[in-house]
Amino acid sequence: MSELLLELADDELVIGWRDSEWTGIAPLLEEDVAFSSIAQNEIGHARALYELAARDLGTTADQLAFDRSPSDYRCSALVGLRLVPDWARTIARRYLYEQADERRLAALKASDDPEVAGLAAKIDREEAYHRMHAQMWFERLEDEPRFVQALEELRPLVDLRDEHPPELAELWEEMTMVRRSQPAGTTW
Amino acid sequence: MTVYEVFRQERKGQPFQHAGALSAPDPAFAEVYAREQYGRRQESVALWLVPRDAIEELGDFVDELGRTYHRVDGYPLKEKLKEARERAAARAG
Repeated sequence: MSELLLELADDELVIGWRDSEWTGIAPLLEEDVAFSSIAQNEIGHARALYELAARDLGTTADQLAFDRSPSDYRCSALVGLRLVPDWARTIARRYLYEQADERRLAALKASDDPEVAGLAAKIDREEAYHRMHAQMWFERLEDEPRFVQALEELRPLVDLRDEHPPELAELWEEMTMVRRSQPAGTTW
Repeated sequence: MTVYEVFRQERKGQPFQHAGALSAPDPAFAEVYAREQYGRRQESVALWLVPRDAIEELGDFVDELGRTYHRVDGYPLKEKLKEARERAAARAG
């Protein structure tokens, strides 16, 4: 179970970082707000999932999120990609991600572990808005060749977890830079 | 793009109050943006979205004859009290 929680937590953390890269530069002010708040939600979900996994693994959420090496992350190759400033591929990724996330959350909601099922239900209630956002873009762009091509290009990456795009290591550098700057012997 | 004026209701039964505006290409986008910007922090129980074009704005209310007694602020009580006191003082004196 903690393996599955880690996959989900890593996905949420990394897509949260990637979505937040649109803050301040999205093509519409409204999308700037939407992407920033989706990113915040995803990172919030990651935190809750890491906390749950950390209890099983005898560690802490921060250690799971930031102290593993980039190659140990279990996230999908889809979320590691740096897509800014390509809006078509960004929207295609959001759409594919939310579809996959919906299936996975449905399975977790049916878990025998009441804590896992409860957290999955809580996350799913927020994801409903992300799906609404992704769905409306899908309906608007589904006949656009650039969007169709982006979907085809990205779809095979959804379930690819053993290979990471090279830019995941760069993201990890950025993500953990401040944490790693901590002088020896101090704690946050 | 259409500009929508957003009105929000803070609690059931309360009047809707103007909250701001957003721009969106169609009503579906407007709904998502409105939920995102005016509802995701549980600050509203309901929203009204009104295309700005649907709003009939009236203005230019003339009052050529200065009939201030039509208005609430047409009765500056301070002035009137002062005059009444002066009259009373004059009578007493």
